[in-house]
Amino acid sequence: MSKVLMKGNEAFAEAAIRAGCSCYFGYPITPQNEIPEYMSHELAKAGGKFIQAESELAAVNMAYGAAASGGRAFISTSSPGLALMQEGLGFTASCEVPIVALNVSRGGPGVGGIQPGQADYFQVTRGGYNGDVRIPVFAPSGIQECVDLIYSAFDIAEEYRNPVVIFADGMMGQMMEPVELPPKKPIADDAEIARTKPWAITGTDAHEGRNVVFSLRLQPDVLEAHVEHMFEKYARAERELVRYSTSNLEGAEIVFVAFGTMSRLCAEAIELLAEKGVKAGLIRPISLWPFPDAAFDEIGPEAKVLISTELSMGQMIQDVKNAAAGRWPVRLISRTGGVVPSSLEIVDRALKHLQEVQGK
Amino acid sequence: MNNFLSDIQSGPRKIAITGHFGCGKTELAVSLAMALAENGGQNLALCDLDLENPYFRSRERQALLEEKGVKVYSDPFNGRNGSELQVITAAIRAPLEDGGCRVVLDCGGDHSGAMVLNQFRKYFDRDFRLLCVVNCLRPGTDSVEKALGHLRAIEDTTSLRVTGLVSNAHLIRYTTAETVAEGWDFTKQVAQAGGVPALCACCAAPLLAEVEALGIPAFPIGMYMRESYLDKQV
Repeated sequence: MSKVLMKGNEAFAEAAIRAGCSCYFGYPITPQNEIPEYMSHELAKAGGKFIQAESELAAVNMAYGAAASGGRAFISTSSPGLALMQEGLGFTASCEVPIVALNVSRGGPGVGGIQPGQADYFQVTRGGYNGDVRIPVFAPSGIQECVDLIYSAFDIAEEYRNPVVIFADGMMGQMMEPVELPPKKPIADDAEIARTKPWAITGTDAHEGRNVVFSLRLQPDVLEAHVEHMFEKYARAERELVRYSTSNLEGAEIVFVAFGTMSRLCAEAIELLAEKGVKAGLIRPISLWPFPDAAFDEIGPEAKVLISTELSMGQMIQDVKNAAAGRWPVRLISRTGGVVPSSLEIVDRALKHLQEVQGK
Repeated sequence: MNNFLSDIQSGPRKIAITGHFGCGKTELAVSLAMALAENGGQNLALCDLDLENPYFRSRERQALLEEKGVKVYSDPFNGRNGSELQVITAAIRAPLEDGGCRVVLDCGGDHSGAMVLNQFRKYFDRDFRLLCVVNCLRPGTDSVEKALGHLRAIEDTTSLRVTGLVSNAHLIRYTTAETVAEGWDFTKQVAQAGGVPALCACCAAPLLAEVEALGIPAFPIGMYMRESYLDKQV
């Protein structure tokens, strides 16, 4: 199939449609507005339903309801909008309702700005929801990868009966790239939903007895048993959903750890460092939860310093330090507020960190 | 001198660039302004009228353009408006009023982006040309019918006539001379169906000789808007 030129947000929306998304609920926020706009004119053509919600809270709860009755529900927003959706994400996880949420993130905190940011790392990996919840999070570094991740995220969400978050920073949403779109999957009909989602609220014609989707468990032992059941799924996710890529690790003295836009900047910084005779490599987590600890075992004996490179004041660095487990010093290169550094700035700061850990 | 550039330099002094969302208007506008500046000899202005995109707008290259002598007009905050509510500065009237200034107007995408031209409508009755960029590799304009639909919607919204088509088929780093040629053939079909002349095909400067050897009237564009790191594989 041939490639077409698409803006990230358009491609993400089309990827969801092709994954058989049956319903999308959204509320406008920059830099993801092209997604609800695209869905508003394309989803109905594919047989799905588009609703512009009155707020992000409404959007996530509409998705909760639609997915509880077996729909393939998709929501998208940007950072402060995702903050508003936290309660809904916690409830859908608790109720074991699969939804896919895309965060095209921007600078924070608060309302913040509209330029790209990655300071939602804590928000997506730790969450603002209450209780013992884990949500698989995937962070693409390009439009094709994001298309592929969204396409598979619906299957993962349904297999695990849990929300899945795609964390694409604003640059991913706004940039353009050639993409190859996956084939269109049909939207599941009632019979298919009844067959594949026997738990869904599809009416008593479709199954015997009454299906109930609920979060409330008032008896402590019943609630504990439910949470333990959720954590059996999460243990499986930690085995099965780890995704990462590495490059240039062999002989690398500096190892960058970066995702999304920052990983592309690091790739350019690695080339510039090579011109200066310094070997540097990259670990690029794609799954942010489960974090790819295994990638760090590929680091060679020449490594002097790990540098978590982030569009935040340093959030992923906590997971990097956990994964490093004291084997290497861990440092930070960060910009925030929507400022994207140049690769030259990354090179300068990386060289200073290298000198510092070598006591020079 | 490049034929298209020569035509722009000697033709109407107000040049508006419109087209489908994401077809490459901004890269053309910036490249055109830079090329005009390199030839020197006239006052130049670039008006960024894009109210649609939050990123990748020509105002992001304001410093580079002004260093070359192109005055940039965009929002009232000198290109630093970070608001979701986009506005443009009233100062855009200055270069439109100034008969000695050649002005490139970079519109937002689709007819909704071109709508911004309406508030300056009185300046477009003469000494004006409206270009429409066509990129057949964008899903919204991948058939002659769809491309013409966009062109007509832009005309209907602005009550202006498109005076020329510029082909800009590209796949960023995957673009070849064949990509450009395919786009040029497509744009000629749109031109014929719409009764509008096809003026030239844009191509990245390194492809220029190869594209011209195919007999295509080409205009070399830069990659001013695209940071090099965005094309790094990870």
